[in-house]
Amino acid sequence: MDARSKLIDLAAFLDRVQRAGQEGDFRVKALKEAIGCLDGADPGRAREVLLRFSDLTTEPIERATIQGAVGAVAI
Amino acid sequence: MVSRTTDDYERMAMAGCVAICEPAFWAGFDRASAQGFYDYFRQITEYEPKRAAKFGIEHYCWLCINPKEAEDLKLAEEVIGLIPEFLQKPGVLGIGEIGLNKNSRNELAIFERHLQVAQDHGQLVLVHTPHLEDKLKGTRLIVDALKGFSGIDPGRVIIDHVEEHTIDAVLDAGFWAGITLYPESKCTPHRAIDMLEQRQAERIWMNSACDWGVSDPLAVPKTMRAMRQRGWDAAAVERVVWENPKAFMGQNPRFTVA
Repeated sequence: MDARSKLIDLAAFLDRVQRAGQEGDFRVKALKEAIGCLDGADPGRAREVLLRFSDLTTEPIERATIQGAVGAVAI
Repeated sequence: MVSRTTDDYERMAMAGCVAICEPAFWAGFDRASAQGFYDYFRQITEYEPKRAAKFGIEHYCWLCINPKEAEDLKLAEEVIGLIPEFLQKPGVLGIGEIGLNKNSRNELAIFERHLQVAQDHGQLVLVHTPHLEDKLKGTRLIVDALKGFSGIDPGRVIIDHVEEHTIDAVLDAGFWAGITLYPESKCTPHRAIDMLEQRQAERIWMNSACDWGVSDPLAVPKTMRAMRQRGWDAAAVERVVWENPKAFMGQNPRFTVA
């Protein structure tokens, strides 16, 4: 029941974003890509979802211009 | 715990908590001078232990300048210069929580300066990994940097806030791993237990985030309840929430919880 509730909440969130015309936000795009991982066959879905939201570059950035994180990588 | 009320100490005591360790962390704003850190180090080494003791809780702490404030290199160097004076205080366990926040070159430089202090003074190390999209890259940079310090035994380093995509890299390199429980954005009790079961609870501790954001000082006892509900026996629960933290922190003789 807990997972069902969370899935419905996620669906409602995407509906809300669409109604607000914000489907193009990079965070929403990352979210939708990550949702695709849920249909995988291997028991590593949580890891795969986290990877979809991760910065996969390897070099340090020159300087931090903000202190917080936003949840996905801006494309 | 400087960001928490005295009521939180009382609730933790009633839930069975007998000791806490508090990492030096961000004040919610960037401090203006090294003197501000000097006062802060006094607060967590002198006053907080007294506040915790009123509830029968032993208070330990870690010292550093948080990576969020590492872009000001001059300030960071001044603060790092203050640390040795405090390392012999009774409740100080080591250097932390150092690490990275946005994975910048300055953050990495200050992280390595802290590691040098830890190596020079034979201190335990508590490492903060970045949040959300920055965690994977930051964890990799941190592990690589640590490998450059041959005088620091990986078994004396705990890399905190691991999640499913970073825990293997941390444990496979010989470090301890910390799982931070948080009502929002970080790890839930069931995800933490999943990771513990996958890795047989080896070199892992769990902690409750107790900072300026929405956090729950009772997250560990609540996760203990979830562990029992999932069939963990009492000895297995005790290993994670008692024996493992004691084994790691007990490497510093100032940690005296029996």
